Order: sequence, then structure tokens, then C-alpha cells
Amino acid sequence: MGVKVYGKPQAVCPQRVMHCLVEKGVSFEFVLVDIDAMEHKRAEYMEKHPFGQVPFIADGDFELFESRAIVRYFAAKYADRGPNLLGRTAEERAKVEQWLDVEAITYSPCAFPIVFNLFLFPIRGLPGNKGEAVAAMEKLDKILEVYEKQLARTKYLAGDEFTLADLTHIPVTRYLVEHCGLAYLLDDKPHVKAWWEAVSSRPAWKKVMSFVASGASFYAP
Amino acid sequence: MAVKVYGAATSTATVRVLLCLEEMGAEYELVPIDFFTGEHKSPPHLARNPFGQMPAFEDGDLILFESRAISRYVLRKYKSSGPDLLRDGSLEESAMVDVWLEVEAQQYDKAISSIYIETVIKPVFFGGVTDEKVVAESVEKLGKVLDVYEARLSKSKYLAGDFLSFADLSHIPYTQHIIASPHASLFESRLHVKAWWESLASRPAYKKVTAGVPTSK
Repeated sequence: MGVKVYGKPQAVCPQRVMHCLVEKGVSFEFVLVDIDAMEHKRAEYMEKHPFGQVPFIADGDFELFESRAIVRYFAAKYADRGPNLLGRTAEERAKVEQWLDVEAITYSPCAFPIVFNLFLFPIRGLPGNKGEAVAAMEKLDKILEVYEKQLARTKYLAGDEFTLADLTHIPVTRYLVEHCGLAYLLDDKPHVKAWWEAVSSRPAWKKVMSFVASGASFYAP
Repeated sequence: MAVKVYGAATSTATVRVLLCLEEMGAEYELVPIDFFTGEHKSPPHLARNPFGQMPAFEDGDLILFESRAISRYVLRKYKSSGPDLLRDGSLEESAMVDVWLEVEAQQYDKAISSIYIETVIKPVFFGGVTDEKVVAESVEKLGKVLDVYEARLSKSKYLAGDFLSFADLSHIPYTQHIIASPHASLFESRLHVKAWWESLASRPAYKKVTAGVPTSK
């Protein structure tokens, strides 16, 4: 049986799920859904995922979508192994939920338009809306000022340990820094910069990047 | 010691937290934050919610923001005195609650909030003009989301399964405004969605919290 992750390995949301599984030492099969050919919007795929998005996962017979629900599930299922990704007390758990929501509702809706307009559309020969990207970059800079204040107090977003709240930020931030030339946004924010260097150099994340680059279908710890 | 919610009955995110506190019979104090004087952007409030939004929450030394995170904390803290709305005892049930909470925050909220912002917030709070094109697009978007909900609710009584959960309740704050508007037809034309809404709106916690929330009617 085991875990199957459906999506495109280069896509941000499936990468969150892969990272969580690798942190927890869980093997999985990656099943390609050709989103460039709009496979995720076809009836067959939408039987599984009614909103036609990636990722979708199957853990044996149990099926889920929404990457943040998926990572919460695996973090709870494998709470006894690997790093503690959910916090150790009720208060810590609440902080993890808080920063997960900040990522979902404030950070990513600002980051994604930058990645689409400055990177994804251009590499497909489509026009990117530079104005939209610039407006989002200004917003992102202000958001990162809040992150700077938090990360001056705690090593990671929800406390002094790496949790899901940090994990869900990584894939889109990598696109911002490595493909949209936005590393400079971190230059005047030393704590955000140090946080980014710490989270992006995690062995598990590096394994995800190698897996994606390899084009492999099966991951085993 | 009673917990404190800093916000306003007119703030949909504040209502989300109040609903959870009422469902669990918790003792709390609502500390009003005045939107019109920009109190949510004042230093004391920014110290609680650094993004300058409502609500913020205080339980002793613990300060939280993000209404869904606050709500989850409240539902866990008072779990012995109210319904089991997160299903922490079951990996699969709690995962389904999380799925539909993500759908609420990502798919549902984006469409429905635009309708409310354009038709009520903008004209009433900012003296602005409703952008009918945005409203039309949002209504179409919400319709498509509600089609998925109709299919889902024809298979299970509530969103996460045959049990009521926080995923259902989290939809209440914006929905109550749209139900009181001409766009109520979006809900009334979909039988299972309609029944689902009526079930939520019949709850005592809903009636108590929304009694203090002005709608556009």
C-alpha cells in the first residue's frame, strides 16, 4: 500500500507534502499529474479532487487534498518519529496554527503572484504582469518586517523549534529567492535571512530537491 | 480567569472566535476595538496582532491572532465542556476537518468575502462605490464552490463527515451576511447546502452571537 502523492514535483504545494514525508522518514510514490496539459482540470482527476488542484494524496485507502491538511495529518500520524512538527504544548500548537494561517492567508497570496508573473508565465512564453508583481513585492516587504520582529524573538516562527509553520513557507520562498531575484528583500532583515538559511539547508529539504531533480517516482528514506 | 477577545461584532473573523467560545460555554470578555478610529492599527493592538487585524486573543500570557488558530485553541482548551468540533481523537476525522477548513479559507472565503466587501463594507464603511463587475465574478466563483459543496453534502451530513465540526462553523461569519442579501438565492437554490445552512443557523450559539451582528438588511 503506502503513500502516493499526486501532482507535479516542481509545484509548490506538492513539495510541502514531500518535505513533511521526508522529515518523518516516510517513503512514497510520486504520481505525475500533467498540470501543464491541464490534467488536473479533467473530469477523471476531479473525481478525486473536486477543485482540480494538486497535490492529492492516498495513504492506503485514505484520500486527502489541501497540502496544509495533508501535512497536519502526516505530522500527527508520525508524531513519534522525526522532528516534532506540531509543538509540544497547547500553547505551542496554537502558535504553529497561527503561523500556518499567516502563511496561507497573508504570505502565500502575496508570494504566488510574484512567482507567476516574474517566473512561471515568462518561462512559458506568456506575458507576466510586472505591475502586479511589483505591488506584491512591496506588500511582501512589509509582511517580512513582521516576520523579522518575530524571528528576532524566536529561532523559528512558532518557537525555538522547526515546525509545520516554517515548513509550509519553504517551497514558494525558494522560488522567490532563486528564480525571482528577491534575495535582496532579506538583506535588511538579518533574522529572516538566518531563518531562511537554516530552513532551506535542512537535510530533508535538500533530499526533496534532489528527488525532484532526479525525476524519480519512488522515495525511500 | 476569563479569556479576552479583542475585536468587534462587525468583524467576521471576530465572530468566528465568538461562535467557538459560545459553543464551548466558555467565559470570555469581548474588548471592543474601534475600526473607525483605526484602533486596530494602534501600538497596543499591534502588540497583540502585528498585522493590525481583528481579532486578537489573550489567555493569561498567551497572545494569539488568526481567527482559525484562535478558534482551534479555544476548542481544545474547553473540549470537555462542549461538542467535539476538531475530532483530535481520530487521525482521519481530524484530517477531514482540516481539509474543509482549508477549503473554507482558500476557496469559499475568497469568493464570498469579495461579495460582502463590495456590497456592504465599501459603501457603508468607506463611502465607496460597489464594483458590480467584481460582484458578478465573485458570485460566479461562489456558485462553482457551492456546486462542489452541494455534491459533498449530498454524500455526508456535514462537510467533514456525518458529524458537525469547526469546518462547518467556520463558514458562518460571511454566510450570515450573504443569506440576508439578494444573493441568498445561491444557497437557497441548492437543496443540501440550504439544509446544511439551516442546521447551522438553528444552533443556540449562532443565534446568541449573531444577535449582536448587524447585517445589511
